[in-house]
Amino acid sequence: RALCPLVPSAPAALRALPPPVAVGVLHTTRPLHTTQQSLAPVPPLPEKGGEVRHGLIPEEFFQFLYPKTGVTGPYMLGTGLLLYLLSKEIYVVNHETAAAACILTVIVYAIKKFGPDVAAFADKLNEEKMATALAMKNDAIQTLQTAIEEEKKEQWRAEGRSYLFDAKRNNIAMLLETNYRERLLTVYNEVKKRLDYQVAMQNLKRQKEQDHMIQWVEKSVIQSITPQQQKESIAKCILDLKALSKSAHAAV
Amino acid sequence: LPAAVLLKDTKLMDVKLGQLGSWLAMRDFTPGGILGAMRRGHERYYNKYINVRKGGLGGLSMVLAGYVILSYMWSYSHI
Repeated sequence: RALCPLVPSAPAALRALPPPVAVGVLHTTRPLHTTQQSLAPVPPLPEKGGEVRHGLIPEEFFQFLYPKTGVTGPYMLGTGLLLYLLSKEIYVVNHETAAAACILTVIVYAIKKFGPDVAAFADKLNEEKMATALAMKNDAIQTLQTAIEEEKKEQWRAEGRSYLFDAKRNNIAMLLETNYRERLLTVYNEVKKRLDYQVAMQNLKRQKEQDHMIQWVEKSVIQSITPQQQKESIAKCILDLKALSKSAHAAV
Repeated sequence: LPAAVLLKDTKLMDVKLGQLGSWLAMRDFTPGGILGAMRRGHERYYNKYINVRKGGLGGLSMVLAGYVILSYMWSYSHI
């Protein structure tokens, strides 16, 4: 009863959980994971099975009779039972009895001789199975450990993103500054061009006015010189030149 | 005083001899009950003697011995 650890059967485990609850429209089933009970991990198998004496009679029988009859009680019971069966011919001795005796002798001899070797072989098979399963489990745990460490490293890396953003912000600020200055330069150049144009226009206008006026003055003066005046001036010039030449002659 | 346990729930080893008849009458003899009892018995035997790390010879030999005795009982009249 309490000697063998029973694996909790699945239906009983599920029946022990609280019944489902329907809340309004949303049919929430029973609240999951509220109890500690779960089907995993499965408790490990017991090391050894129940004790059996002489390969046929469970040890509990001997323990059951021990308080009343001591150690030899079950054996006396067995002997008495055997004699009773034989004498009352409940067990008939015939040719099959001889065959059974020979077979049982051979079987017992074989078990006594090869039993431990077979047991060791079976244990070795079991050990190999367990070793592969354990290796798989350890590998999985190792993989998950490395994954955890990689994740932590990534988290540490993510902390440095403030530096990254600062650098990017600096870049953008520099770009904006450059752009602003370029445009400032453009504005300056354009304004200068327009002002130069105005200045050139004014200069041109003044020059043209000057030229025009000079020409006009010259033309009007020339027009105003009547032929009479021209003759008189030429005569005067000749007289002057003569006088000058005279003085020049005299100087030389 | 120990709490009174219903006769239905007592185990076989705790039933007194006088109550044996009524205890037997209370057992579940429907097909489902019989099947459940067989399954429980099988599970008890299996988990105790066979489903262990280092199982011994007794687990199998007891079943074979039981089979031998049962077949002898069934064929007793032919001997």
